[in-house]
Amino acid sequence: MTVQDIEQPVVDTEEEQRARQKQITKIARWTLPSLVLLVVIGGWQAYVTLAEVPHYILPSPWLIAKTLVTDWDVLWPALVVTGRLTSIALILAVLGGLAIAIAFTQSKWIELAMFPYAVILQVTPVVAVAPLLQIYVDSAFLAALLCAWIVAFFPILSNTTIGLKSADHNLQDLFKIYGASKWQTLRYLAAPSALPFFLGGLKIAGGLALIGSVVAEFVIGRAGTGLGLASTLLEASYRFNFGRLYASLILISVMGVAIFGLMSLISHLCLFRWHESALKRED
Amino acid sequence: MQSKVKAARPQLLRMSHIEKTFRGDVVALRNLNLAVNQGDFLSLLGPSGCGKSTALRLIAGLITPTSGSIDWQGGKGDNDLGVVFQEPTLMPWAKVKDNVWLPFRLRGKSYGSVKDDVMQALRLVGLEEFQNAYPRELSGGMKMRVSIARALVTRPRLILMDEPFAALDEITRHKLNKDLLALREAIGCTVIFVTHSVFESVFLSDRIVVMAARPGRIIGEVNVDAPYPRADSFRTSPDYAASAAEASKMLTRAMEDAA
Repeated sequence: MTVQDIEQPVVDTEEEQRARQKQITKIARWTLPSLVLLVVIGGWQAYVTLAEVPHYILPSPWLIAKTLVTDWDVLWPALVVTGRLTSIALILAVLGGLAIAIAFTQSKWIELAMFPYAVILQVTPVVAVAPLLQIYVDSAFLAALLCAWIVAFFPILSNTTIGLKSADHNLQDLFKIYGASKWQTLRYLAAPSALPFFLGGLKIAGGLALIGSVVAEFVIGRAGTGLGLASTLLEASYRFNFGRLYASLILISVMGVAIFGLMSLISHLCLFRWHESALKRED
Repeated sequence: MQSKVKAARPQLLRMSHIEKTFRGDVVALRNLNLAVNQGDFLSLLGPSGCGKSTALRLIAGLITPTSGSIDWQGGKGDNDLGVVFQEPTLMPWAKVKDNVWLPFRLRGKSYGSVKDDVMQALRLVGLEEFQNAYPRELSGGMKMRVSIARALVTRPRLILMDEPFAALDEITRHKLNKDLLALREAIGCTVIFVTHSVFESVFLSDRIVVMAARPGRIIGEVNVDAPYPRADSFRTSPDYAASAAEASKMLTRAMEDAA
């Protein structure tokens, strides 16, 4: 498509240049990363083939692709297992994070008493906590779930807490003047004000829930979670089945990207009508 | 000091011997006595820090006086106040009509039951066709109109306005001044209007209460007897100039006292 195809009335040189620049950027947004991907994969394939690298050191992209197809019967159930663990953890993180955030903002005392422990729970590396969970929690699935939940709930909690407190002061005064109840203020003022913050936290939490699930699968193992992608990956590494290892890794990445995409979509759908972050600036 | 006409109006509220001290030592208001009558358009005029916003917040019940009392005629009911702040203070996530619905909604009234009132308020400020727009789609002046519609939709006994047009450009401001007066003619409400613009206060009000700072107090009152409705021509009349001169003089004295 050339500049002439874009319908515009009178255009001066500067406008024309800007339009062309915009068009180029639009195309480059997709073509450039694709090109990088092709070059990397091509280079990788060439290196493995020409240097005759054994597949148990570095499998070629072609082998990984083949494994993705041939091992699909193993990989798909694993994907479902990890996906289920991640989504349950994320849903519980959302519910828990929201509930605790609301409790924090409704009572200053609860926040003062509990917030430090929420932080400690967050900053302690989950890898170090996971083995303990395995010991204390009987059900391994529950232990894995808890592990993923701990990592995922904090961004929801901290973002929502800030969001609930960030309502416009004059609006807060207005609600007071109109004699709004605590519930009305929460529902009509604090909650909508917190929505953009919550959605920001949700994007982070989505990725973290996956990380938590992977860690749980590594540490707690297939006993708790069934054979998920991370356990499949680990097992493949023991067997020097590097094709399957990379295939699992790719699926985990794809899942992470999909989660991020989904969260971004949810965020956009919630905010595009009114929030600054979702508005396109007109030049 | 009050003219006879205004003295005949029934009283709406009286602030007696109000003192307000913040953090133990900042005296925001000292011995404030003010009677507001039904139908007054009363401006509180004064330099920054003279406590005019504090007075407004006291009337709104957002803060309580350190001593003194505020007595509403017939007691304070739940439909006494509408407020317009310096910023439009709209909920960005809600459509224009939902913003105007808010005061009703907080009293448990469904949209359907008050739709006519909401539409009439929007018609009064000339924004009926923007009922489904979001605040971000409106200009600064239009947002302020929505804010005014929200303040008057329940037809409260008193509307408090805290420098509502200070952030707007001169042309928009003049237009809104005129429209505000027309509105007041239409619904006959009582207004307390905080401003630091002499000209705005003269154009709008029939009573201008001048305040001085440190400590915040009332130092005098100017009555603007020009009849409503007031047209643009009022801005060039001798009456206007005389009242503006009187208010300015008083304000100058307020500034000197403070310095």
